[in-house]
Amino acid sequence: MLQTIRRYGLMLIVRPIARLLFGLDVIGADKLPKDGPAIVAANHNSHVDTIVLLCLFPAKLLHKIRPVAAADHFDKGGFGSWFSKNIIGIIPIKRGGASRGEDVLLAAKEALTRGEILVVFPEGSRGEPEEMTRFKTGVARLVEFHPATTVTPVYLQGAGRSLPKDAKLLVPFNTTAVVGDPLTWNGSHHGFVDELRARIEALKAQAPPMRWE
Amino acid sequence: MSGLTVSDDDFILNIPEPVFLGFLGVLALLLVGTIAALILPRAQPGKWTDLGPRMRSWWVIVILVGGALVLGWQATAILFALISFLALKEFLTLAPTRKEDRLIVLLAYLSVFVNYGLIFAESLFQDSYQIYLVFLPVYGFLISAAAMAWIGRTEGYLPTVGIIHWGMVVCVYNIGYIAFLMRVPDAEAPAGGAGLVFFLIFITQLNDVAQYCWGKALGRTKITPSVSPNKTWEGAVGGWLTTAVVFYFLAPVFTPLSPLHAAIMGVIVPMAGFFGDITMSAIKRDLGVKDTSRLIPGHGGVLDRLDSLTFAAPVYFHLLAYFAIERF
Repeated sequence: MLQTIRRYGLMLIVRPIARLLFGLDVIGADKLPKDGPAIVAANHNSHVDTIVLLCLFPAKLLHKIRPVAAADHFDKGGFGSWFSKNIIGIIPIKRGGASRGEDVLLAAKEALTRGEILVVFPEGSRGEPEEMTRFKTGVARLVEFHPATTVTPVYLQGAGRSLPKDAKLLVPFNTTAVVGDPLTWNGSHHGFVDELRARIEALKAQAPPMRWE
Repeated sequence: MSGLTVSDDDFILNIPEPVFLGFLGVLALLLVGTIAALILPRAQPGKWTDLGPRMRSWWVIVILVGGALVLGWQATAILFALISFLALKEFLTLAPTRKEDRLIVLLAYLSVFVNYGLIFAESLFQDSYQIYLVFLPVYGFLISAAAMAWIGRTEGYLPTVGIIHWGMVVCVYNIGYIAFLMRVPDAEAPAGGAGLVFFLIFITQLNDVAQYCWGKALGRTKITPSVSPNKTWEGAVGGWLTTAVVFYFLAPVFTPLSPLHAAIMGVIVPMAGFFGDITMSAIKRDLGVKDTSRLIPGHGGVLDRLDSLTFAAPVYFHLLAYFAIERF
C-alpha cells in the first residue's frame, strides 16, 4: 500500500513538479544502474539533489531507490520524518554521536542485501553551494561489505543555486546530472573514495558552463 | 465587409475553416516525417538517429499548440505563459547571475504572471493592452534595476541587470504577443485570432525550413561565419523570398491585410525571424553552449525552438495592428 502511494506520489506529483522547476537534464542516463544491489554517488549541494537523483530513474525501479540521509536532519519525528522515510524512501543514518561498536551502516548494508539501489552523497553534508568537499569513506565500507555492488558516479549541477544550504527561498533553475561509468571495489577505503571523487570531478567537464559568483 | 466576418458556416468543430485545413496540412507533413523516421534509419543505419525523437517531439508540439488554439484564448495564454517560464528559466540558468540575485531571478519569473495576467485583464478593461505594451520594457526595467541596486552588490551590477531585463523582454514580453493575438475579435480577421497565430507560427517555421533547404541545395557563401557558420547567403535569401511569396498568397486566407500591406509584411516578418535566429545563436556562442537545454528530445531547449519567434512575434503583431486591426 505504502509502496503504491510512494510510486504514484513520485511519478504523478514529485516528478512533474521537479521537471517544471529544475528541468532535470541528464547526460548518460543509460549508465544508471538497472538493478540492485548498486550505489549511486553524487556531489551534494542542496536538498533538491535527492529529488533530482530520484527523478532520474524509471518508474518501475522507483521502489528500489533508497537515498541515504542524515538522521539528525531528516528523522526528527513528525510529518517530515514520515514523508522522508515513506515517500522519499530514505534510510536514516547517524552522523557522529554514535556509540562505539554500533554499526551506523547496518540499515544501508541490509538494503544492499535486499538488492536495493542506494543514493549516497559521500561529502556527508551539503557544504558551500556548488563546491565539492572531501569524501567520507562510508561508501567504500559499503562496497567492501558487498563487493558485487557497483558505484555509479553522478555529477550534479545547479541544485545548489535553486536551494543552497540555509536558504529559505526556492528559485527555479535548470539542473544537469552527468552520469559516469560504474566503479567496483579496489581494496582500499581512501583509494576508493579518492577515485570516486576524481571521477565525479571529471564529469563536470560535460555539464554546460555555469557562471554564478 | 462580409469577407472579413466569420460566419457560422466557416467553422468546423468550432475552429475557423482555414485553421482547420492548415492543421490538416501540418498533420500530413507530420505523417510524412514520421514515415521517413521509420524508413530512413533502416535504409542508412547510423545516419538518421535524431529523426525519430525529433518527429515525436514535433507531434507533441503540434498537439499542444493546436489544442490550445482550438480551446481558445485562455488556454493559449496559459500554454504560452508556461513556455515563457521555461524559456526564461533556460536563459537565466545559462546566463551569468550572482549569488545575491536569487531574489531578482524570482521576481523575473513573477513577471510571467503579470505579463500574461494583462492578457486576461483585457476582459476587464481595454486599457490593459496599453499597460502590456509598457509594463515589461519600461517598468520591468525600472523595477529590476532599482531592486538590484537596493540589494547592494555593485560588482557586476550592470551586466547582470542587463541580463535580467534582456531575458524578460525576449522570453516573456515578445512571446506574450503570440497569446495576445488570440484576443483580436473574430470579426476583424477572416480566420479569427487563431488564424493569425497559426499563420505567424506557420510562416516562421516555414522560413526556417526554406532557409535550410535552399542552403543545402545552393549554399556557398557564409553569411555570419562567426555566429552561425552553417548559414549561407543563398539559404537566407532563398528562404526569405520563398516565405515572402507564401506569405503574400496566403495572407488573404488568414489576415485582413490589403495586398500592399501583405507584401510589406511578407518581406519584413521573415527577416525579423532570421535576425531572431542569429541573435539566439550569438548568445549561445557567447555562453559556450550548443543547446539551451535538453527538454525537447531531438530539438534541444525551448529557446532553441523559439529563437525566430522571439523577434518575429512582436514585429508581426505591431505591423498587423498598424495596418489592419482596429482593436489594437
